[in-house]
Amino acid sequence: MIALWIVLGILALLIIIYIAIYNGLVGLRNQVKNAWAQIDVQLKRRFDLIPNLVETVKGYMEHERGTLEAVTKARALAEKVQTAGAAERAKAEGELGSALARLLAVAEAYPNLKANENFLALQEQLTSTENKISFSRQFYNDTVLRYNNQTQMFPSNIIAGMMNFKAGEFFETAAPAEREAPKVSFQQPK
Amino acid sequence: MWEQIRSNQMRSAFLIGILGALLLLVGYFLGQAFAQNGIAGIIIAAAVWAFMLLIAFFQGDNILLSVSGAKKITPDNNPRLYNVVEEMKIASGLEKMPEVYIIDDPAMNAFATGRSKDKTAVTVTSGLLQSLNRDELQGVVAHEISHIKNRDVLLMSLAGVLLGTIVLLAWYGTRIMFFSGMSGRRSSSKGSGGSQVLILVVALVLMILAPIAAQLLYYAVSRKREYLADASGALYTRYPEGLASALEKLAASTKQLKNANQATAPMYTINPFRKEGREATDLTSTHPPISERIRILRAMAGASPADYERAYEQVKHQKIIPASALAAADSVSMRAPSAEKETEADRLARTRETSDMMLRMNNYNIVTCSNCGTKYKIPPDFPDPSFNCAHCGNTVKIK
Repeated sequence: MIALWIVLGILALLIIIYIAIYNGLVGLRNQVKNAWAQIDVQLKRRFDLIPNLVETVKGYMEHERGTLEAVTKARALAEKVQTAGAAERAKAEGELGSALARLLAVAEAYPNLKANENFLALQEQLTSTENKISFSRQFYNDTVLRYNNQTQMFPSNIIAGMMNFKAGEFFETAAPAEREAPKVSFQQPK
Repeated sequence: MWEQIRSNQMRSAFLIGILGALLLLVGYFLGQAFAQNGIAGIIIAAAVWAFMLLIAFFQGDNILLSVSGAKKITPDNNPRLYNVVEEMKIASGLEKMPEVYIIDDPAMNAFATGRSKDKTAVTVTSGLLQSLNRDELQGVVAHEISHIKNRDVLLMSLAGVLLGTIVLLAWYGTRIMFFSGMSGRRSSSKGSGGSQVLILVVALVLMILAPIAAQLLYYAVSRKREYLADASGALYTRYPEGLASALEKLAASTKQLKNANQATAPMYTINPFRKEGREATDLTSTHPPISERIRILRAMAGASPADYERAYEQVKHQKIIPASALAAADSVSMRAPSAEKETEADRLARTRETSDMMLRMNNYNIVTCSNCGTKYKIPPDFPDPSFNCAHCGNTVKIK
């Protein structure tokens, strides 16, 4: 009789542990999803800012057609891979980021443009959006690391394996230089 | 990865427990001394505490914000500040955007408020906004957001209310004791005279020691929270130098905040009552010495809590970060500074931006002459609908 109770007790304990670990994993996976959505919000915002920026800058920068086109093209490409995996998106978005940085750097040579209040406001919004993209990416990667640790560490890895919790994908940009601060450099490119 | 919150909660519960026990002890002996009824004393002490807590809980933020003269801003008032706060909100993973307030004061400081995660606020002075570049502002805001994220605001206000109640009870307790002692009304109970005298002595000693002990405890926790907020801030920005450089500017500024008081002091980035040249660690200070905070931040090799711990150990030869926060990531690389060397023009633009914003928030009209482009700042009580431009004589209309 006592042996039965002990077995039942151990069983109940195991079930409770199982539930706790499973719920923890689900919670973390949702956090990863949520963090990913946050990056999306910021990337979307950058998309929205670009036509406005190009429109404002166009009149002033007659001789920079190439730079402007590069931005428009990079934006189109990034928009196309929106539903692709993290790695591919990161690459396209990284290219868009550097095309934008180049445009803003070139804009520095146009004093008339720099006196345009509309441009200054856009520049602040763009700088901040770049920061927000990189901070949301940072938070996403931190969350993925936490989630992955949980799916790989004992004993939660057993349940993760059983219930098919896949490891999350990091949002890494292609070039190591890109990992630095989203920098809107105000110097002429060499 | 950085689950500081749980161990923070344990520690907080411990602090609140000790302060609470101290309060009940004071209540018990006050009750014994005056009415030979310790239980009644405890009940009174608890009632006073509950009353003060209710006020602090439901009105604390509003009181603090209105006492300091803070004004709420929208994204349009100051895009730079609002964006920096939003950036740090994202980096910290805070769910809701804090409200942003500005105090019109040349002194440099900032504080965070908010008892729950749903309604929080970050407040900075206009002096701070004017003097700090983007990286530095980010550092300060990250420090404040860390206070929100680590639940420091809630903890410090709970502890503050307990401390306040202890001080209040002890103050009145000693006054009443001396008063009743001098009026010759000795203990009326016969037979228990000896023990009554003993209780009076214990009560008196407690009245004197309890507030001091509570204060030292409170200050120690407050200082520790500052270090932890620095560590979290460095992690969020990935750039400890930003906060270090901001602290340097704050330390160099000699202006004192106009509307701060002892009760609100722990909320600020740096101690608003700091006196010139006081460097040594002081037991009765809510904030660690700035120079030490800068030294630790600059000794960091990376941006993770583990990096902060190593830097802290190097400077102070002690440990500070709870083990649970150190577990996962050992070292996190820092990012590069975002701006080139700051120019005089940048500083000027920032000053102009800040003062324009303050004027606009005080209902000034800022109009530009359509002919020559001169900017005018028109006070709200200017009587005429238009005036002549001083440069070109063109008539300028006020909206």
